[in-house]
Amino acid sequence: MKTLKMLALGASSLAMASAASAEISDGVVKIGLLTDMSGTYSDLAGPGAVAAAEMAIEDMGGTVAGVPVELLTADHQNKADIAANKAREWGENEQVDAFAELVTTSVALAVYEIAKQQNKVTLVSGAASSPLTNDACIPSGIHYTYNTRALANGTGAAVVAEGGDTWYFLTADYAFGQSLEADVTKVVEAAGGQVLGSIRHPFPASDFSSFVLQAQASGAKVIGLANAGADTTNAIKAANEFGLVAAGQSLAALLMFITDVHALGLETAQGIQLTTGFYWDMDDETRAWSEKFMERTGNMPSMVQAGVYSSVTHYLKGIEATGSDDTDTVMAWMRETPIDDFFAKGGRIRSDGRMVHDMYLARVKSPSESEGPWDYYDIVRTIPGEEAYGTLEESTCPTK
Amino acid sequence: MLTDLLGFPPQVLFGQLLLGLINGAFYAVLSLGLAVIFGLLNIVNFAHGALYMLGAFAAWALAHFLGLNYWVALFVAPVLVGGFGMLIERFLLRRLAGVDHLYGLLLTFGLALVIEGVFIKLFGASGQPYPTPAALQGGVNLGFMFLPWYRGWVVVASLIACGVTWYLFEMTKIGAYLRAGTENPKLLQAFGVNVPLLTTLAYGYGVGLAAFAGVLAAPITQVSPLMGSNLIIVVFAVVVIGGMGSIMGAVVTGLAMGLIEGLTKVFWPEASATVIFFVMAIVLVLRPAGLFGRTA
Repeated sequence: MKTLKMLALGASSLAMASAASAEISDGVVKIGLLTDMSGTYSDLAGPGAVAAAEMAIEDMGGTVAGVPVELLTADHQNKADIAANKAREWGENEQVDAFAELVTTSVALAVYEIAKQQNKVTLVSGAASSPLTNDACIPSGIHYTYNTRALANGTGAAVVAEGGDTWYFLTADYAFGQSLEADVTKVVEAAGGQVLGSIRHPFPASDFSSFVLQAQASGAKVIGLANAGADTTNAIKAANEFGLVAAGQSLAALLMFITDVHALGLETAQGIQLTTGFYWDMDDETRAWSEKFMERTGNMPSMVQAGVYSSVTHYLKGIEATGSDDTDTVMAWMRETPIDDFFAKGGRIRSDGRMVHDMYLARVKSPSESEGPWDYYDIVRTIPGEEAYGTLEESTCPTK
Repeated sequence: MLTDLLGFPPQVLFGQLLLGLINGAFYAVLSLGLAVIFGLLNIVNFAHGALYMLGAFAAWALAHFLGLNYWVALFVAPVLVGGFGMLIERFLLRRLAGVDHLYGLLLTFGLALVIEGVFIKLFGASGQPYPTPAALQGGVNLGFMFLPWYRGWVVVASLIACGVTWYLFEMTKIGAYLRAGTENPKLLQAFGVNVPLLTTLAYGYGVGLAAFAGVLAAPITQVSPLMGSNLIIVVFAVVVIGGMGSIMGAVVTGLAMGLIEGLTKVFWPEASATVIFFVMAIVLVLRPAGLFGRTA
């Protein structure tokens, strides 16, 4: 009975598709956005990422190649099993054409498995781990906004260059933290530095005093925070409280979003160096888009949210240009066509799925330097895309 | 030396023990509130984490909107949140008196989700910064570690709260009424004591303790809607280990679990989030009523 129903559904949607457009399956383009709507990453991705995707669809006029674009969203609660089940359900029952956002590495890896089986375009913005375009890459996956390697080549390299040659890591104990620690370790050791040790802390952890104290006892010059969101802000608070910085050790927040800086306040966050793929106050284009985003959400966009807009737009443009929502066709167009928008200039999607674009090394302003709300960063240096992400030859993606 | 055998210098170990004690003080105050509520209302208060978070947010709001400092908040926030708790008891929990425990659990769990959801919507998940009070900034070098004054204060304040609670319940007439109310509410009512009012006050007091812990935590962690849900499961484990409803059990177990967790953070940091549940499992096998609990 169920099979019959499915067949009937399939037949009717096929009929609808041929009526609407010869090339767009089932007469609608569906994007399934999976994100953390209420947990620790919900400020840097979450509802803001949904808003960014909605803006991208609206700016295309709500239709592409003559068919409507529909956005499905769900809260994956940072759990890989929830994300995988939702993605499978969307792929099988909703005929979703693409998955988007996917903050939290374990979530992205789980959805990659589904997307590989179902051959769906996957636009990763929030997850950070470099394996997504190396060992774990899939032919239809795009890692868009940033990755742990770029963070290592940005913040890690800058700190070593300033003399921070002995490191100790506080690492979130899951795929992302481990990947970030590994990437930064490579950069530190290549520059002649030394890693004295690391602690794998539970994710999320509420109290960092113990970990901070152990880091202090290591005697390392630099304490690298290989974690994100509330873990990073709480670790920074504990490090300040226990006099780590006052005693001469320095903190390297290896992944920090503007929403984290906003939550910490400039008083605590000032002077921190970080690597970002986007900052709202760079030029007229970034300001124009970000202010629209601000009006809608009440916050300035994180790089993840800006990346969602840019990646969804690039995908929809691909469908518009090719008149097809076939995964291989659109992927080919997206790889061939450079990305030039407020988010990236001359960005290119490589065959391993990496979107290579310039990254920025920023320093958090002091309260007296900041001229108003969200005026948080001084851009210290632009890191050219290839320097940040490495070359395609270095990628270990088997299908590159 | 044992510490040398384990490969850690004594300084590190002392430091971690002290930090464990500080965290244990939080567990003690939170599990104490839960124990009071369970002992007198027979309700497993799953909203406790959310009410702890409300305490921290109340402190933040008092400072942000009214310019009231930490010391004022330490008294005002528990009263405000405790009052809110009394409303919950009067209008929601009372309706569940006499039905299965499960309903109280479901109601308080639902309340926790609603309160947290509303606060995430209003303030975002990253939360708000709350400064350490000026008088408690800085710290003292103990030789084996740098102890921030504020963390020292947390232990003192928690022990005072536990002591006051113990005195109130074990040494005063109101305490005697409350304990009698747990044993036989009908008989107590027959003596002319207003038992429903007592119950409301007891719930309000337990909630006030949660809010007090929230204010204590505000300068240490980010004041975030999620701060309670991250902690509450551990606190429940502490209460189960100590014995549901046992005041002394809650305090002693809270401190002990803080110490055990602190040591785990040195020897096996990855397991520090689970060690308390491991202890809980062992205790449940050997003493199902908890270490200090009365067997029913």
